[in-house]
Amino acid sequence: MSRACDSCLRRGYLVGLLSARIAGLVGAPRKPSQLLALDDAELATAVGGDGTKEALAFLGRFEPRRARADLRHAEVTAICRHHEGYPDGLGDLDDQPATLFCRGRVELLAALGEQPAVTVVGTRDATPYAIEVAYEIGRGLGVAGVATISGMALGVDGAAHRGALGARGATIAVLAGGPDFVYPRRHADLHRQIVEHGLAVSELPPGQRPYRWSFPARNRLMAALARMTVVVEAGEGSGTLITADFAQDLGRTLGVVPGQVSTRVAAGGNRLLREGAAVVRDATDVLDELFGVGGGVSAPRPVLPEPDVDPVEQRLLDAVEARLDLDAISTFAGLPVGEARTALARLETRGLVRRDGLFGWERARASH
Amino acid sequence: VLASVPTFALEGVDAREVTVEVDARRGLPAFTVVGLPDTAVREARERVRSALLNSELEFPLQRLTVNLAPAWVRKAGASFDLAIAVGVLAASGQVPAAALADCAVSGELSLGGGLRPVRGALAIALGCRAAGIRRLVVAPEIAAEAALVDELEVCPVPSLARLVDLFHDRWAPDGPVPATTSHATLRAAPDLADVRGQADARRALEIAAAGGHSLLMVGPPGAGKTMLARRLPGILPAPTVAEALDITRVQSVAGISTGGLARERPFRAPHHTISAQGLVGGGARPRPGEVTLAHRGVLFLDELAEFARPALEALRQPLEHGSVEIVRGQVALRFPARVLLIAAANPCPCGVGGERCQCGVMTRERYRARLSGPLIDRIDLVCQLAPLAAAALAPGAASGESSDVVRTRVLAARERQSARRATTGAASNAELTPAATRRLVPLDDPAAQPLAGALDAGLLSGRGHDRVLRVARTIADLAGSDRVMGDHVAEALGYRAVAPGGAAV
Repeated sequence: MSRACDSCLRRGYLVGLLSARIAGLVGAPRKPSQLLALDDAELATAVGGDGTKEALAFLGRFEPRRARADLRHAEVTAICRHHEGYPDGLGDLDDQPATLFCRGRVELLAALGEQPAVTVVGTRDATPYAIEVAYEIGRGLGVAGVATISGMALGVDGAAHRGALGARGATIAVLAGGPDFVYPRRHADLHRQIVEHGLAVSELPPGQRPYRWSFPARNRLMAALARMTVVVEAGEGSGTLITADFAQDLGRTLGVVPGQVSTRVAAGGNRLLREGAAVVRDATDVLDELFGVGGGVSAPRPVLPEPDVDPVEQRLLDAVEARLDLDAISTFAGLPVGEARTALARLETRGLVRRDGLFGWERARASH
Repeated sequence: VLASVPTFALEGVDAREVTVEVDARRGLPAFTVVGLPDTAVREARERVRSALLNSELEFPLQRLTVNLAPAWVRKAGASFDLAIAVGVLAASGQVPAAALADCAVSGELSLGGGLRPVRGALAIALGCRAAGIRRLVVAPEIAAEAALVDELEVCPVPSLARLVDLFHDRWAPDGPVPATTSHATLRAAPDLADVRGQADARRALEIAAAGGHSLLMVGPPGAGKTMLARRLPGILPAPTVAEALDITRVQSVAGISTGGLARERPFRAPHHTISAQGLVGGGARPRPGEVTLAHRGVLFLDELAEFARPALEALRQPLEHGSVEIVRGQVALRFPARVLLIAAANPCPCGVGGERCQCGVMTRERYRARLSGPLIDRIDLVCQLAPLAAAALAPGAASGESSDVVRTRVLAARERQSARRATTGAASNAELTPAATRRLVPLDDPAAQPLAGALDAGLLSGRGHDRVLRVARTIADLAGSDRVMGDHVAEALGYRAVAPGGAAV
């Protein structure tokens, strides 16, 4: 399946072919080099030496028919910038990719023209708080019918995708490798879900592994695809700030979830807030930014179905929700600790709470 | 002339009888020691010669051959000095051979002829009794410890010259050595009343003490984990005489004995940098590790996540079998290691835990993986400690029960377990076999219903299932109930260990 013209397709494969050499050229970039803005011949010359020879030879012998067969085999759709399904937002980039390689529900890209989407990004080594917030934002956007775009990285990215999927909302993962390349490996299940219920896109052809330069490169796509970018948690020096930079350069709205001012893990995001980014507390704040206050589809916080519990158990659940320790839980529920533990264990067997690893208890949520 | 003298070599915490044979015959003067002696034993020749001469005794100018039998056992250390000296004296007719019948000797000699103490006096005395030897000669310093064994005459002898006098009935030691088994007042042990708040941890500690269950305490730094652990020996039953002998024997072999019968259970808290060998014992000449030194007492592992993985791996076998087996050459040694394991850890690297934790998810996951490493399936109970500020402010925090009150309940629960011993064969609930466990709480019992729910929900593995039942049995014992009720099972379920990601353990 392909909606790309021959020259764009060739361009896409050329970037894939040269990706390792590009890595050698740019080293470790804060932002991808201008290389991607060059045309085919210039790009071939720029990589130099053997690369140039190889690139020129490739340009001469490229067979679109075989490439299309390969794409079909990999269940990947290529969409080029001349096709109507190609998202307009990318046109704001001076180095927009000629071809997007897509796996999953391709119609989500076309829908970006009618319904704006939001990019939700943040650190990989996220605090539980950030995970929680990212998940809730993804879910809220999903309920409101707004697509969540992210990078499928560990931490915040993954939580945002999962939130959207949990609400059966649309979600797009912009990947640094090919659309079928699972990275990080631990997100294999998430990748499978995204491909099934959402969309994975990349400017690299299928089978390509990611390179250091391709992460900031895909960050520009994430920023350009969305009307608004939300930073959930980012320390100074986090790659997330690159996405935020792109969003601002492209004139997109930038929102930031405030973090504790005393911690390093949120310092980058907090600085953006200080510099004027919009404060985001939840999905409703995001929707207000997009559509004006009350203008969007409101996203009521979905309430857990009320379990059939007695008043004491309800107090126990409230205490667990407040993340109290067991001594405090028992005081709050008015039970001796032994009985509190007993009651919690019974709630656990009923699936209402669960053990938080070795440490204490948490409310059991659906697909968290 | 041939003489033979019984003495003992330490093997693990046991003493193996070694017979020192001395053959003196005419020929060029020579002094050889055979029978796998190490350097220290070979050097005994010099000490013996000097000790004899300096004690106004005669060193025979004959061809002396000393054999240490059995010849295949490796002999190490200076504890054979005295036996060799006595053998030489007997072979040269300086002490009557009749006096040597039924008498074992053990000691190191000084060049001046004085007797020096050796390690493992109690083990040696026990070895004497087992070998049917009636009399044991040791240095005065360790005589009291040796005298803990009944039916054995222990002679504290200060020097070689005195020993010769003793064998000639010209001198006798000052009366029989009293066995120091009297129950004098215990050293002021730390009391549970000092601990503020921490109701959950107190409860867990009580259950651990009552059933001999291993416990992991999770809480922020300064919440009182170490404080609680140190109070555990104080709520355990005092050691029985047999247990006390057991404890003393280990301490004696390790050279940390106090000279009398140990009246308190040991409490060992090795630092987390300890090696596997330090923890379970070993070495070219195997020495007991911390787990053996804590035998019949408490082994406390603070900062569990910081221990090296191989060290914790090595601890698995002793925790399962109650002993450590070390093979060296042809000899397999068995060190006893029946301990109550208490571990403590911070909830996460930053130590705060809960909502205010500032660790990233990846940091937390790595930490949890380390914490739940090799030992998590050996842990019966996991409890949580609140940060101290909250705990101290909690209503009723000031009124902590004293160790005496808790121990009374623990003793009552232990009493019930001993009463069942005939049918279960286990001294405590923690030692119940799976079969015995299931007999005590049949699965079709309504009490087992919360457990069935947990099994169905995939919250429990088969092994975890038995673990919960054993703890439930203890909770029922503490409640004075013959039957295990649903609430007991549910509480035990609440204390079980859960691996990160919620996997059943």
